[in-house]
Amino acid sequence: MSRITIKPENRAQEVMDRLYGSMERRLAVSPPGLCPVDMAASFLRMTHAQSCGKCVPCRVGLGQLQKLLDGVLEGRGKFSDIDLVEKTARAIKNSADCAIGFEAAEIVLRGVVGFRDDYIAHIEEHDCICNRQERDAVPCVALCPAEVDVPGYIALVRAGKHADAVRLIRHVNPFPTACAYVCEHPCETRCRRKMVDNSINIRGIKRAATDTAGYVPPPECAGPTGKKVAVIGGGPSGMTAAYYLRLMGHSVKVFEKRDKPGGMLRYGIPSYRLPRERLQDDLNSIIAAGVEVETNTDIDGLDGFNKLREEYDAVYIAIGAHTDKKLRIPGEDSRGVISAVQMLRGIGDGVMPDFKGKKVIVVGGGNVAMDVARSSVRLGASVQIAYRRRKEDMTALPEEVDGAIAEGCEVLELQAPVRVEADENGDVKALWVQPQIIGPNDRAGRPAPRKADAPEKRLECDLVLVSIGQGIESGRFKEAGLALKWDNIAAASDGSVEAFPGVFSGGDCVTGPATVIRAIAGGKVAAANIDRYLGYNHEIKTDIDIPAPRLSDNAPCGRVQMAERAAEERKRDFVLAEIAMTGEEAAQECSRCLRCDRFGYGGFKGGRNTKW
Amino acid sequence: MVNLTINKKPVSVPEGTSIIDAARSNGIGIPSLCYFKGLNEIGACRVCAVEIEKKDKLVPACNTPVEEGMAVFTNSPKAREARRTNVELILSQHDCLCAKCARSGNCALQTVANDLNIIGAEYEPDIPEADWPADFPLIRSESKCIKCMRCVQTCDKIQNLQVWDVINTGSRTTVGVKRRCSIEKANCSLCGQCITHCPTGALRERDDTDKVFAALADPDKITIVQIAPAIRTAWCEAFGLSREEGTVERLAACLRRVGFDYVFDTTFSADLTITEEASEFIGRFTKGGLAELPMFTSCCPGWVRFVKSEYPELLPQLSSAKSPQQMFGAAAKTWFAKRNNIDPHRIFNVSIMPCLAKKFECSGLGMNDACGDPDVDVVLTNREVTRLLRMESIDPRQVEPEPCDMPLGIGTGAGEIFGATGGVMEAALRSAYFYITGENPPPDAFKDVRGMDGWKESAYKAGEVNVRVAVVNGLANARRLIEALLAKKVSYDFVEVMACPGGCVGGGGQPVREACEMAPERFQTLYDLDKKNALRFSHENPSVIAAYSEYFEKPNSHAAHKLLHIEHKL
Repeated sequence: MSRITIKPENRAQEVMDRLYGSMERRLAVSPPGLCPVDMAASFLRMTHAQSCGKCVPCRVGLGQLQKLLDGVLEGRGKFSDIDLVEKTARAIKNSADCAIGFEAAEIVLRGVVGFRDDYIAHIEEHDCICNRQERDAVPCVALCPAEVDVPGYIALVRAGKHADAVRLIRHVNPFPTACAYVCEHPCETRCRRKMVDNSINIRGIKRAATDTAGYVPPPECAGPTGKKVAVIGGGPSGMTAAYYLRLMGHSVKVFEKRDKPGGMLRYGIPSYRLPRERLQDDLNSIIAAGVEVETNTDIDGLDGFNKLREEYDAVYIAIGAHTDKKLRIPGEDSRGVISAVQMLRGIGDGVMPDFKGKKVIVVGGGNVAMDVARSSVRLGASVQIAYRRRKEDMTALPEEVDGAIAEGCEVLELQAPVRVEADENGDVKALWVQPQIIGPNDRAGRPAPRKADAPEKRLECDLVLVSIGQGIESGRFKEAGLALKWDNIAAASDGSVEAFPGVFSGGDCVTGPATVIRAIAGGKVAAANIDRYLGYNHEIKTDIDIPAPRLSDNAPCGRVQMAERAAEERKRDFVLAEIAMTGEEAAQECSRCLRCDRFGYGGFKGGRNTKW
Repeated sequence: MVNLTINKKPVSVPEGTSIIDAARSNGIGIPSLCYFKGLNEIGACRVCAVEIEKKDKLVPACNTPVEEGMAVFTNSPKAREARRTNVELILSQHDCLCAKCARSGNCALQTVANDLNIIGAEYEPDIPEADWPADFPLIRSESKCIKCMRCVQTCDKIQNLQVWDVINTGSRTTVGVKRRCSIEKANCSLCGQCITHCPTGALRERDDTDKVFAALADPDKITIVQIAPAIRTAWCEAFGLSREEGTVERLAACLRRVGFDYVFDTTFSADLTITEEASEFIGRFTKGGLAELPMFTSCCPGWVRFVKSEYPELLPQLSSAKSPQQMFGAAAKTWFAKRNNIDPHRIFNVSIMPCLAKKFECSGLGMNDACGDPDVDVVLTNREVTRLLRMESIDPRQVEPEPCDMPLGIGTGAGEIFGATGGVMEAALRSAYFYITGENPPPDAFKDVRGMDGWKESAYKAGEVNVRVAVVNGLANARRLIEALLAKKVSYDFVEVMACPGGCVGGGGQPVREACEMAPERFQTLYDLDKKNALRFSHENPSVIAAYSEYFEKPNSHAAHKLLHIEHKL
């Protein structure tokens, strides 16, 4: 008889592994607003099945917790049950032998503290206070800050009605093209299709629509109201507010500090990601609606702001977040230390610095860091990216990081900058970094780096590009008496600014540096509330007919991913890197959409908002 | 037209037709449960699941449109299995004690389960329960609800009140009064439309037949029953009688067999309401009191409840005239009692109404003006009358029609059309015209306000007076009209509102026909009766004339105000 054998493949286990994969994906797309008590009870049932059964807390305790939670859910719960759940979970957590027990208990314990109100509602009212509207909404629409009707435009693209798709998007977002290229697509994160295979490539479909729709004129504006609105800042938020206010019949003037409107879409995002002429397409449609833009006009100082308030019936402040954050390390003022904001602003105006043969170190791990790294490659530099955490901790989209690496950027993980070394002329010679070790999670649950037991390292370089975040130039508004929250302008959720009637604010200058789509959403909210402030209730409507779903079995099918031009080719120019889906690919991708607007709860109450 | 085959039979139907309609219009049955055409097409019960050739998954026939070349199989093994399983699953959460259910014999679930030959049960029963106030006119049984969502849709789309909502989550998802609200405190108009749209016995009226039998058994009581105009359009349905057979006279004869001392007709007091309301309207109109907002009718208690909960600021705009039911009650316990020398405390007034809100109305404040007792003691819906006759083993086919008693048993055609949307307005205009000009208009002069449309408007001239009127039915339409009035987009002098679609003929207390709106059919009956009636003007009703000369003096007199009018208060 053999002493040892190779383990045979276990067919049942293979099936189970696939099931676990499905379960993971299913959990990942859980919509917000599920009943936390119900989810905790269901989770307990699963963890109990994982128990080996050796130890009391896990074998018996998890079952008793389930019974208590079920009682609460069935309306049999008593207030004392909450304490009993808490005590039991605490004892399991503290005394279980392995992670199967203590992790399960830990999750229940956190729930009892975090969702105590839900427990109380079940006990007192036999009802759940979880937000039904949230949980029953169409996931992609609910997760889009601007609430773009995603299933609607996917259906239109599938039907070949690309111009209608653009019109439908514009109903809530006047930057369909820019978003087709650079949106961070939060819509895809909880796409229900993930339960079947993978989320729909929503941004890719949007690009298919905007690339082929041709010029789509804006809709008719409402009759003139005689009201005047000033918008400070021609970025996505300001232009969005201006567009909708114009459609509502108000006269709108945008004051833009720089040469051209577009804000961070122009001065923060390089053209290989968003070609300037495509950005201009969106801006042209907004301007075609009758929005007036005055460029090279800085509303500086108190007087400028007060004058606007006198001359206009309302003012929308959307100045964005255009200042750089400093590393605060010695040598930072050396020649050759450049902020990302500064560099991208120059590129935005078409001023291309010569980085040929230069050694560049980019500090940071966000999307902007990848933008400067990849731009530097295109300008002729060899690039290293120093980041104090690990690659997987980077906040940049994974495809951006991969793109940078493919173009030759080297990611130096776990390297925290300590000082910049300069020569006698003050020119940068090197960046000194302190190696880090990844450690226990911080409060937000993210693994935190700490100083490793290793000596500092010298990274030779000619340029240090700092990309660790942006700030807001809010000084003059502080002078005017506007309340600030840290450096951000403190605006209410309706965009209004306390104690300044008629003054509204939104976009990055309120949220801090965020995404294009959040800035657009801020502009949309402000437009509606400025309209109301002016004494109107104009509705922005859409009457586009959405094609009915086609019959489909929704069999699993791969997701069409976006591709980029070959790295060797694209890294030499600023021409668009991403390749659009083919018509065939777009059609297949559209056909994967589960049409949550018409099936499931959407077929009952989901529907769509055709006006706001 | 779209060409397809259903069970291999080629059919051709207009584009956009659902599979279920395509099948049924071609004589092919597909069972369904939650489906209600135009109202609830959400595919929730999955009983109408059918198989499409070359598709793995079944589709609900109720909300899947036909496609060119489609091959549908309604009874494939896969469809048969899924349909039956789904019905069995529904039954596992349904209180199947059909023998004790008000809807037994008229229950969509019972029918489907019987049709599918479901005998016994494979699943362990798991029947939910929930508390409900037993004395509220509307009763909901959690244990019978199949979560088809029709009630939610009815209250939302037809009435725009959203009393019903989906509550709780996951496996515990059910229907309930919108969150944190008891039904007593909710803004329920008691229209009862959720009942007539419910496929099962989950929703019903409070049964008051025992109170009627108690009164009938009490030798000291003199029992009076009044029959509302809309009852005569529908009571026949439950007994399989034609509308020609199911007259008010036949019902009167049946009710005499039950033992009522007097059988009267609410049409009499509908005429009385018109003389009061038309006179009130002329007074308010000529005094300029309706320059800003119109006068609204007040005969529909569902509508009055709606005004109180949604637009209390509009209460002064309601006519102060009581509804025909309440005028009848007051007149019976005063004029009739005096005329017949009866102690009004001995009178027990029962009314038969197509309505739930009437059950509430008769117990309201100020509805006991005659002698301190309630003017109307008990209200039965049309459905309770069906049960009442069945309990007494009365087969209406075997009963010869008899006229109602006098003097409260005579009504005009104007009073009869009270039961249809536009009828109150038309009746009021006929008399108002007379009061203004001193002569009768042609009886059909105001027929523009007839019809099932949700919102009708018209303008009429009587002598020198121009009157702009509107008629709405369904509370969602009422809300639209009020919003337009408040936004000054429309302007009227007199507006009729009925809470139920089509008016009382479509009332929430009428017999239930599964997944079918009966109002349009019943509606015509009333206009036919109006046409046949020798009396077409409320002010010409001889009993109304007698009531004034013997007791109430004249419309809007002091005595009329005391007994026939009410100050609407929250």
